[in-house]
Amino acid sequence: MTLLSFLPAGFLDSGPVQRALVTGAVAAVISAIAGVLTLIRGQSFAGHALTDVSAAGGAAAVLFGAGPLAGFLAGALVGGFGMETVELRRRSERDLVAGIMLGLGLGVSALILGRIVSSGSNGGAPVTILFGSLFILPPGVILPVSICGAVAVVLAALFTRPLLLAALDPDLLTVQGGSPRLMRLVHLTMLALAVAVSSLTVGAILSTAFLIGPAATATRLSARPGRTMALAAILGLIAGWGGILMSYKSYDWTDGHAWPVSFCIVALIVAAHLLLPPVFGRLLKPRQKG
Amino acid sequence: MFADYMINAWIATSLVAVAAGMVGFFVVVRGAAFAAHALPLGAFPGLAAAWLLGIAPWSLILAFAGLGAFGLARSGEKAPHHTATALWLVSMLALGNLLLSRMHAYSNAVFAVLFGEVLGVSNTQVLAVAAIVAVTVIAMALLYRPLLLSTLSPDLAAAAALPERRIATLFLLIVALVTSAALPLVGASIVFSLMVGPASAARLMTDRPGWALGLSVLLALSTVWSALALAYEADWPIGAFVGVMGAVWYGVGRIVRWQSGRLRRG
Repeated sequence: MTLLSFLPAGFLDSGPVQRALVTGAVAAVISAIAGVLTLIRGQSFAGHALTDVSAAGGAAAVLFGAGPLAGFLAGALVGGFGMETVELRRRSERDLVAGIMLGLGLGVSALILGRIVSSGSNGGAPVTILFGSLFILPPGVILPVSICGAVAVVLAALFTRPLLLAALDPDLLTVQGGSPRLMRLVHLTMLALAVAVSSLTVGAILSTAFLIGPAATATRLSARPGRTMALAAILGLIAGWGGILMSYKSYDWTDGHAWPVSFCIVALIVAAHLLLPPVFGRLLKPRQKG
Repeated sequence: MFADYMINAWIATSLVAVAAGMVGFFVVVRGAAFAAHALPLGAFPGLAAAWLLGIAPWSLILAFAGLGAFGLARSGEKAPHHTATALWLVSMLALGNLLLSRMHAYSNAVFAVLFGEVLGVSNTQVLAVAAIVAVTVIAMALLYRPLLLSTLSPDLAAAAALPERRIATLFLLIVALVTSAALPLVGASIVFSLMVGPASAARLMTDRPGWALGLSVLLALSTVWSALALAYEADWPIGAFVGVMGAVWYGVGRIVRWQSGRLRRG
């Protein structure tokens, strides 16, 4: 226990903290895998748009008295498959459709959250949905969160090679008898799972941080996809747990007014992205020729 | 609906719609959607800080939007993964969240910053919006031809020795200006819809740039007018309707495109 003695007294015994740590860890791991694939595909914006559509789902779930996780997931799935069905030839067109979906998602979120707030039933709903609810998760949340994590990891393990190939070179996958379209759908499902759990952690509109941040940092530190994903997961995990600890401790720093945990996590993710590649980039990633 | 205290809201949102419609056209043809989304949300801490300090928001919003525009221009609008854009966006959102969490009505403030608050616009606010929009329109008029050339035909623009990078930076600054005018009214998350929805529909409806630009402004105006009417009548947050309407316009645009394609093919 001496190793953990720097932790505040009672930190690990607190139920809300335990739930936060588990949820944060699951979010970090799934987002790392889905995020690296999203970066390879060059779909940061589409991934971000998905988070805003998932916000609408989360808000709707709260309106009907359900937990937001199912709503986040449903929203992200609907958004993802919606974008997939619109026929798109050029990348700029794809960004545009992502933008339109994003606007629609935020519009619907605004509508539903406005309803919830004006009905006076849950005045905190905008913050819960948009900026997360990590410290106020109900005890029953661990099971669904773990299932989301397990499904994403199993999908990643089953389809590692075709998923990567579909992202890097879809034509080659077709030649080998695989289906790029199926892999796009698998990727979308993993993305939706990542967005849903991250939305619980740092909020729907900040879940992009988990998805893109560690993956982008890891990409600059490692060239091999598998190692990049592992590195991204570790970075996300450190930022997630560090942010939880930071938010917990900040209660003492600023006269009993804790900093939002979503701010702390995002701050660590961004700091890692700014600091690590310049320091370790050359060490870990041999410079490419030419 | 047209009571005295509403008049300012009508004027201010109409001005914003004109500017957003114009700039939106170029956002769409240049494929700068992510930047146009990140700039308003990146200015969110400016508004939050202004509220916290109890000062007029314009200078702080302009500062954050301008900073974002320069940063995004430097990182390259067309960088392959948009990573810098995404990280700028989330850092600023998180910072805004930290600032707002210090306010008493935390949740209400989050809602107002993101989704807008148009009722009770003061005379000074209208003047500030008018000034920003005037600058935007003038800048757009001056930049119209070089911007169009560098967007539609980079080769021709290179041949004409247009300063490509400076044009890109100026364009992002104009987006930042529109953002600043619109942010306190329609909300950080909705400025983007107002820029992209009407403009993307207009571009699908006609291939002539001038017409598309005009149509984009008209559609943007009709969007904010209906949004404001609904906000007043049904007590909807103004942003809700703007976001949904953007998607509706895009759908209409695609239908028009598809129909006219069928007619042309016979």
